[in-house]
Amino acid sequence: MSTRQKEIKVRRYHAPVWSEPIIMELSQKGQRGIMVPQTEKEIKRQIGQTSKYIPSNMQRNELPQLPELAQPQVIRHYEHLAQQTLGMEMNIDISQGTCTMKYSPKVNEFLASKIQEIHPYQDEDTIQGILEIIYRLDLCLREISGMDQFTFQPGGGAHATYTNSCIMRAYHDMNGELAQRNEVITTMFSHPCDTASPRTAGFKVITLMPDENGYPDLEALKAACSKHTAGLMITNPEDTGIYNPKIEEYVEEVHKVGGLCFYDQANLNGVMGIARAREAGFDACHFNLHKTFSSPHGCMGPACGAYGTTKVLEPFLPKPIVTFDGKKYYLDYDRPYSIGKIREFFGNVEVLIKSFAWILSMGPDGLVEAAKVSVINNNYLSKLLLAIPGVVKHYAEGKVRLDQVRFSWEKLKEDTGIGTEEVQNRMVDYGIQSYHTSHHPWIVPEPFTPEPCETYSKEDCEYWVAVLKQISHEAYTNPEIVRNAPHNSSIHKLNKENLDNPKKWAMTRRAYQRKWKNKIR
Amino acid sequence: MKKKLGLIVNPIAGIGGRVGLKGSDGKDILKKAIALKGKSESSSRTIQALERILKLREEIELITYPHQMGEEEARIAGFCPRVIGQIKRNETTAGDTQKAAQEMLNLGTDLLFFTGGDGTARDIYLAIGSRMPVIGIPAGVKIHSAVYATSPKNAGNLAYLYLKENTKKIQIGEAEVMDIDEEAFRNNRLSAKLYGYLKVPYEKNLLQGGKTGSSPSEDSETEAVASEVINLMQKDYLYIIGSGTTIQPIMKKLGLANTLLGVDAIYNFKLIGSDLNENQILTLMKGKKTKIIVTIVGGQGYIFGRGNQQISSKVIKKVGKENILVVGTTNKIISLGNKSLLVDTGEEKVNQMLSGYIKVITGINERMLIKIDY
Repeated sequence: MSTRQKEIKVRRYHAPVWSEPIIMELSQKGQRGIMVPQTEKEIKRQIGQTSKYIPSNMQRNELPQLPELAQPQVIRHYEHLAQQTLGMEMNIDISQGTCTMKYSPKVNEFLASKIQEIHPYQDEDTIQGILEIIYRLDLCLREISGMDQFTFQPGGGAHATYTNSCIMRAYHDMNGELAQRNEVITTMFSHPCDTASPRTAGFKVITLMPDENGYPDLEALKAACSKHTAGLMITNPEDTGIYNPKIEEYVEEVHKVGGLCFYDQANLNGVMGIARAREAGFDACHFNLHKTFSSPHGCMGPACGAYGTTKVLEPFLPKPIVTFDGKKYYLDYDRPYSIGKIREFFGNVEVLIKSFAWILSMGPDGLVEAAKVSVINNNYLSKLLLAIPGVVKHYAEGKVRLDQVRFSWEKLKEDTGIGTEEVQNRMVDYGIQSYHTSHHPWIVPEPFTPEPCETYSKEDCEYWVAVLKQISHEAYTNPEIVRNAPHNSSIHKLNKENLDNPKKWAMTRRAYQRKWKNKIR
Repeated sequence: MKKKLGLIVNPIAGIGGRVGLKGSDGKDILKKAIALKGKSESSSRTIQALERILKLREEIELITYPHQMGEEEARIAGFCPRVIGQIKRNETTAGDTQKAAQEMLNLGTDLLFFTGGDGTARDIYLAIGSRMPVIGIPAGVKIHSAVYATSPKNAGNLAYLYLKENTKKIQIGEAEVMDIDEEAFRNNRLSAKLYGYLKVPYEKNLLQGGKTGSSPSEDSETEAVASEVINLMQKDYLYIIGSGTTIQPIMKKLGLANTLLGVDAIYNFKLIGSDLNENQILTLMKGKKTKIIVTIVGGQGYIFGRGNQQISSKVIKKVGKENILVVGTTNKIISLGNKSLLVDTGEEKVNQMLSGYIKVITGINERMLIKIDY
């Protein structure tokens, strides 16, 4: 490895800088992108005053604050922004650990574009093709998970965990136990949505800390289980990449007290086709089609948190469900116990087409192969990274990690004063997307979490490591260059306080105007 | 204008450590330590920390005390310090540390660097309270105080950040000054006290109390904890309120005065006792259903027996474990690593009663299940 590493020349990179204002600031009064034709006189006469059709409490008192621009200015603006962005396909995107940034074949984009030709309000008879795709995708995911029925309505992973929380609520409510069962148990290394979504659904959340091996503490779980337990929401492997081999025992403890068990499978990639939620005893699970099933992830498109359950919870799934009577595919709305709709229509259907195409192209053996390659890639990357001065790995010494590892720059920080955020800022100077540190709160100090999945070649892994090796060398020899980075990016350092301090947040432009510009609208 | 960095070194800190004396406080023990050829590491540790900020030599003014109280270390590290005050060489005292801190405060020092252990932190606290931000360079035998950096190098790293960056960008927090009774400690009895809070620049991973913390805003978390506790408060219950920074916002939200280092009592949302001792608490409890609200004190994980001994084993026994609300920020819990929460009530049976798991309130509808040991 060392000879090879020595040969790698880290590329120079420089991002374009446009100092692009936000689109609201580019607005010029009176400019228009499209001139909408005036309503014809006859129509106007027959319809009369249109506002009478809108309930008074929904009518605006003033015009919406929208930017006024012509088409060329709009296109120029977004082209500038695109150029300033270090997109996934411009770099080796191992950096976004927990995101499974795999390459998504372009042919699937072409297939998905066909969706533009139909409308969800069309009669079922005229959309049999798309209904068949949804139905057959469901069958594929049942096979991969062991669950009995999937819904594709959730528009992302957190939306799927929220759907699960609503289903747990509906299940206990039907059993007359909701008032008593108000606690959901999760673990510190599970994804934050496993805490946030049950809270949004009205549950109290109890979080378990990891033990010295990095596993959630089983004794603590036993102590947390009671007549108040509504369920368990857990990730495995967690973001440390450590697979909990005793997961069945955790499930069993929760079942013993009457709770439900949900398996957050956002980290499926390393166990895809190898370990199933069903065999571990779970009642429900979810897959992120935009991650594991290549639809793809990130800013390039919408998402889907495919959510599946066993027969027991199936009646509560959102409606409609796509089903097949032997002759025809149809939408089943006759579901009296359903939690109702959690999103309009059938979810992000173009995502489903791409994932279905990807699964078919991979085949069952291909899916298992992808899982195996992702684990091998991760362990190769890990070996290279641990040879870099300043990098350490916590927990489960000697155990094989699956799809990712949460590393630490703790030693580098003590030795040089350079921590993970400074390294992150420096990466973009070499044309590599700054990495994901960790979900909050940080348990591993000065963390970073790469995930090479199956997409990246041995050479890609080596190049990515070479960049970090270069930065580590800089930290030890010329820390200021790292501390003041990025130097070649389109945006210089952000003031993190504005991100960290909730008192400074403004979630919309209107809120920003009100809070910081004293323009109250 | 150049920023002013103060430097105070306790030259005898840590001298008792390697020779097994469990501390270096008191004249006799110091003599004993010297006789046993005890060696202080405060000088080398100070130099390690100063080396981290050497690049700022031209941008800051380093103010220090003579000889081994900082001057020598500063010069070895490559600084030309402004030396103030007078001391007797090789005979420094706690009084010198206090005087030095006071003088540096008067000179408008931006940040005070001090090297020592828990005793030194106490002296600094006595002299300046929370009027100036400080960073402790750990060199003492006992480091229970959260004001110390995790290592001398990290003390330097933190000072660099604070002095180099716009100081407004670095959050200033409060960290505990704790110390144990060294006489008792040498007799294998552990008894510690919370002396107060010093102001420290907050940067994750660099201080004892926040080794891994990255909580976006400690303030918003403590506010959420306070709201949750107030939501849980019931009428006609007496609430015994312990000390600690996570407790203060509860009292603030209720509009009640809070004794920083003492125990208060609330009944029907009104303050009915301040800075109470054990007997006063027991008197107030008579005929009333009672709950206790405590937080994790110091970096060690104690919830009873450190800084709140007034809530005695007798009080705890009467109240019962089910009526104890433990509050804490996620950050503080994480900084304990895999360690349990600790209790030291002085009574084995009560310690035993408290042991096992407890749900710590960390936010609205949020709990963390943590083990209690003794």
